[in-house]
Amino acid sequence: MTDQSSSVGDDPTDDSTKRMERLTAVRPRLLSFARLHLRDNAQAEDAVQEALMAAIEKDASFAGRSGYETWVFGILKYKILDGLRMQKRQGQWQPLEDETDDDAIDRQFQQNGRWHEGARPLGWGEPETVLDNDHFWQVFDACMIALPDTIARVFSLRELMGLSTEQICHEIGIKENNCWVILHRARLKLRSCIEKGWMKGQEK
Amino acid sequence: MIVMCKEATRLMSLKQDRLLTLKERISLRVHLMMCDACRHCDDQFGLLHKIGDKIEEDLDEETRTHRHGQ
Repeated sequence: MTDQSSSVGDDPTDDSTKRMERLTAVRPRLLSFARLHLRDNAQAEDAVQEALMAAIEKDASFAGRSGYETWVFGILKYKILDGLRMQKRQGQWQPLEDETDDDAIDRQFQQNGRWHEGARPLGWGEPETVLDNDHFWQVFDACMIALPDTIARVFSLRELMGLSTEQICHEIGIKENNCWVILHRARLKLRSCIEKGWMKGQEK
Repeated sequence: MIVMCKEATRLMSLKQDRLLTLKERISLRVHLMMCDACRHCDDQFGLLHKIGDKIEEDLDEETRTHRHGQ
């Protein structure tokens, strides 16, 4: 008799259906996040698919806790880390030395360590306004994709995934000092790229 | 220690990843007092640091709208 109880009152399968719809809705954002890390469409699709499958499998264990999307996002982060480990194992990563030229930094500064006139950073406006602006996110995505692979990977692990530099060193297999150098370079390259795209958008 | 813009950006970046030493903090602060461009750069690095949180916040927002949506 007890097996009939699910049809009375709040039907849990109903909630579950709603959650499936929410997965479909949030999928594009998960995918663009995964792409920023894995830098490969097919692998990003795989990671998202695995995360969605895990979310559906574990649906019962979610059991109405708050923050469903954030929960799924948390699963995706693990899948992305798995994907990165696999890329590394399969030797898909460029050797670090190929990307550690000082070009990006040198282009922005003069010999004496001051900014080049054309490279001096400008004000972007209130952070909250900037972060709510769709154009900013388009520019950010484009600039992330333009970054060299390793630099982008280290940056996204630090700033999008929120890992500490110590954890990143462990994942990527580099020294912490090297990690700081890469992050410095990534931030300088990104700020310069974003500024060009962002300011251009503001002029329109 | 007097630092130039290039070195100042290194400290601004480092600041996002670990605590600066007192000496580093003072060098950076003094430089920022004198340099508009570096102040902008410091704000920009700070903004880049907020991006991860913003992505999560927006997902939370999604959850809230779903809950109140129907």
